[in-house]
Amino acid sequence: MAFKLIGENFIPPDLHGKVTGKAKYAEDFRVEGMVFCKMLGSPMPNARVVRIDASEALAMEGVVGILTADDVPEMPSPQQPILTNRPTYVGEPILAIAAVDETTAADALDRIRLELEPLPFVIDPLDSLKPSGPNARDDGNVANMGIPLQELKWGSTDFSELADGRLPMDGQPVLDWTYGDIERGFADAAIVYDETFVTASNAHHSMEPRSTLSYWENGKCFVYGSTQSQTFIMPMLAGYLGIDVADIVYISEYCGGGFGSKGVAYPSMAVPAHMSKKIGRPVMLRITRAEEYFIGSNRGGFQGRIKIGFGKGGKVSAVDLYVVQSCGPNGGFPDFDSAGHAVSLCYQPAAMRYRAVPVLTNTPPGGAQRGPGQNQIAMVMEPLLDRAARDLGVDRLAIRRLNSPKNDSLFGGEQHGVTSAYQDEGLGKGAERFGWADKLRRSGERNGSKVIGIGVGQAYHEAGAAGFDGLVRIAPDGRLHIHTGIGNLGTYSYAATSRVVAEVLQCDWERCVIERGDSRKHLPWNFGQFGSNTSFTMSRSNHAAAVDARNKLLEIAADMLGGSPEDFELGDETVFAKAEPRRNVSFAAAARRAVELGGRYDGHELPEDLNPITRASAVALAGTGLVGVAKDNYPISATPVALAAGFIMIELDLETGVYEILEYNGAIDCGTVIHPLSLANQVKGGAVMGIGLGGLERLVYDPQNGLPANVGLYQSKPPSYLDVPSHMGWDAVGIADPQNPVGVRGMGEPVMGCAASALICAISDALGGHYFNRTPITCEMIVNAASGRPQPHRPLQVFTF
Amino acid sequence: MKDPVQYVPGGPAEPGATGSPLLTGARASRRAFIKGVIASGAVAGSAGFLFGCSQNAGVPMGGVERLVSLNVNGRVRRVDVLPWETLAMTLRYKLSLTGTKLACDRGECGACTVLVDGVPHYSCSTLTHSVGSRSVLTIEGLEGPDGRLHPIQQAFIDELGPQCGFCTPGQIMSTVALLQKNPRPTRDEARRALSGNLCRCGAYDHYLNSVMRAAEVV
Repeated sequence: MAFKLIGENFIPPDLHGKVTGKAKYAEDFRVEGMVFCKMLGSPMPNARVVRIDASEALAMEGVVGILTADDVPEMPSPQQPILTNRPTYVGEPILAIAAVDETTAADALDRIRLELEPLPFVIDPLDSLKPSGPNARDDGNVANMGIPLQELKWGSTDFSELADGRLPMDGQPVLDWTYGDIERGFADAAIVYDETFVTASNAHHSMEPRSTLSYWENGKCFVYGSTQSQTFIMPMLAGYLGIDVADIVYISEYCGGGFGSKGVAYPSMAVPAHMSKKIGRPVMLRITRAEEYFIGSNRGGFQGRIKIGFGKGGKVSAVDLYVVQSCGPNGGFPDFDSAGHAVSLCYQPAAMRYRAVPVLTNTPPGGAQRGPGQNQIAMVMEPLLDRAARDLGVDRLAIRRLNSPKNDSLFGGEQHGVTSAYQDEGLGKGAERFGWADKLRRSGERNGSKVIGIGVGQAYHEAGAAGFDGLVRIAPDGRLHIHTGIGNLGTYSYAATSRVVAEVLQCDWERCVIERGDSRKHLPWNFGQFGSNTSFTMSRSNHAAAVDARNKLLEIAADMLGGSPEDFELGDETVFAKAEPRRNVSFAAAARRAVELGGRYDGHELPEDLNPITRASAVALAGTGLVGVAKDNYPISATPVALAAGFIMIELDLETGVYEILEYNGAIDCGTVIHPLSLANQVKGGAVMGIGLGGLERLVYDPQNGLPANVGLYQSKPPSYLDVPSHMGWDAVGIADPQNPVGVRGMGEPVMGCAASALICAISDALGGHYFNRTPITCEMIVNAASGRPQPHRPLQVFTF
Repeated sequence: MKDPVQYVPGGPAEPGATGSPLLTGARASRRAFIKGVIASGAVAGSAGFLFGCSQNAGVPMGGVERLVSLNVNGRVRRVDVLPWETLAMTLRYKLSLTGTKLACDRGECGACTVLVDGVPHYSCSTLTHSVGSRSVLTIEGLEGPDGRLHPIQQAFIDELGPQCGFCTPGQIMSTVALLQKNPRPTRDEARRALSGNLCRCGAYDHYLNSVMRAAEVV
């Protein structure tokens, strides 16, 4: 299929605002009479508020109100509360004070007298699983999405292996699936490894702290927020506010980074709205960097153990994997669930058993972070492939190609299929660009204390969903308005997927207007902008709406000019007769005719299967032009997947543990490339985050007091320019996916995991095949390994420096 | 039941205050830092996040605003400034120049970078009173009066430099300073010049492409 727009670069309309400073993020809005509020966070990892004395604070000049847990809707346990009298991590918001300026609000917080009863707390999930171990919450220690809150303790005998540094595998899990005959798989294996591992939690640290402005006007609650998603967050926000979705005006034109942490509504968004309702003035809540660390989410950490068998040629014959996830106190995100699927998909073991248990901890709430689960487990699996390759005498690239998923591959306990998968091709393409064979010859090359390491890594994420709505409108002036409710995370995919509409309607892109970022613009019900789904999901729903508009245009032209719809075609914003192009109707005239015809042509009659939010938007637009609106009912029979590979060369100094990344190349399989420049930015930007994940970032907690040690950016160490190569390469397979109308699948997340795992493989390569079973691999760990010294942590210790 | 603990937020049991005050996330650390910078004259007890939304909002805790003349983007702006007020806050909350972003507010990320007499400064860590008569250039000052983009801004568009865009104004201001000093930088020189500007999206490669393209036309 030949496209005019799909696959071409263009300038996304929000870019101008970003380079001029005109782009308005939540904290950039100002409203007459606006006051500021600040939140007081818990100083203890687990405590009960006994008494709050705010009398002195409230007596201060300029203080206009206080909001406590008693003023806001209570969330069902273990969900994150908006404010709480039962804080379960250091930094958890207990109350908020509003004042005419922020200085006064901050000073007023200092005058609050807070009486707290300290409670036992837990930082290490394994401590909580012990028979008499502490629970992070009064009402349980295990929960996650789809896993009800419960108390789960392993028997004391289950811990017998712990002293030897191995994760026990006989403790009770909450997730347990198997396929194939794993006993036989291990019996058939030429080589079997049994490794215990740790992957650290790390903070999202989006550049834009999640500030929110809110006020009430004429019965509506206005919220200016920072979210990845637009329409999708509204039902959840309505829950936090205790009102109907229809009574919210939500504005989020720009989002300064989310990485999963702003995919859905979050509790602090509701604080200014509730405060505003209470005091009758607009309220700005500016979130500080420290608060962003506490409430801005982090990736779940894993303690795990894997037994993996390889056949003589390197084929994975069996996997037995157990993962314990640290979740924070509220359940967090099911990284553990995704991790099992990722192993099954990426390495296609003939047999696999997967068990996992998500454990609550008194650390900040966990959430989805770019490739949640998939990217952690990539850093566990890829070094094992290298190890097998070395032990079996197989090329490290070849062992990956051998095990890679193909179009007919199945995965997971339920043995799902994939829409298409070309990882083998991706690895081939990436290796060619990187010059794998030549680079490999440099592995181990010495230059004084420095040594060259070569690595290849892979990662996966699901890459799309289906069943959401599209909404487009041709105005009487002939302009095409594309209404998109997906959000603006910064990937430009809201724009790239809007071009599908212009493509179908053969409309000049300059004549298109993207309506977005403000619920008053009548936006459809769309999925959240997370989970690498936007390109796949939105191109389907936009396509469906565009086809509806096209059909209406053809019918109107046939009606106006005579003939049947099949006799007509679209081009240059006209509908013309195929046989006689001069017989045509402009989009503008057709739109005016649609308004005259009414009914389904201008949105007065709507399909029955629309989501109520789309319906309300379409009703509001009815009579203003030709309305194309439809639910994505295109068939989908399997899981769309995003597959990525990263190739890396480093020079590592054995005396300091410092390494420089000399070269990085990403190679991806995401179907049709719809916007090369933004995809390139994702592949490389994801790699930067992956370099942080593999080598730099982790949460550090003091096990004795439950206090955080690296709240700020400086200590959290997200990569800077100097931590990454100054130039990075990329390539894409570009084979269209059969279950998407333009052939695209998503690609936001595995581009991070493939780089992270490539990096740690390269570090191990430079060290002659030393495997750490722990990420991130810090310089100290490298120096210890290089000099034969023991590491400072116990094998399963978590939240370490 | 254990004995309840009396917790005073401004007191010694500050959450997260486990290291050097400058390096921890605790609110009081920054307050202590700024108190230290001001050293004399300021009335003790109020130096947190320091601004009034309205210049007429009054100063309940005793700080005194002084009228200063700031040269911002080629214009002299008269503005009342608190003793402890940072340039970022003056720009954002008193002069409505919200293009300058605050991401860490403690000199760790560079999102708030502006030029003072051509030299990049973290405006979150620059006291407005210290600027004096020097000229301040923000992202809003780059565009021509006719709305024509500065060639550096255009280069950042052409190379699709930004992702989320939140750090972009700071990246661009650092680029302006670099290219004024070194119009033909190598890619590695550009990388070092911009290394004080963190980008969590990791758009470094595209930003450097933008800088190198800009260097060809500026």
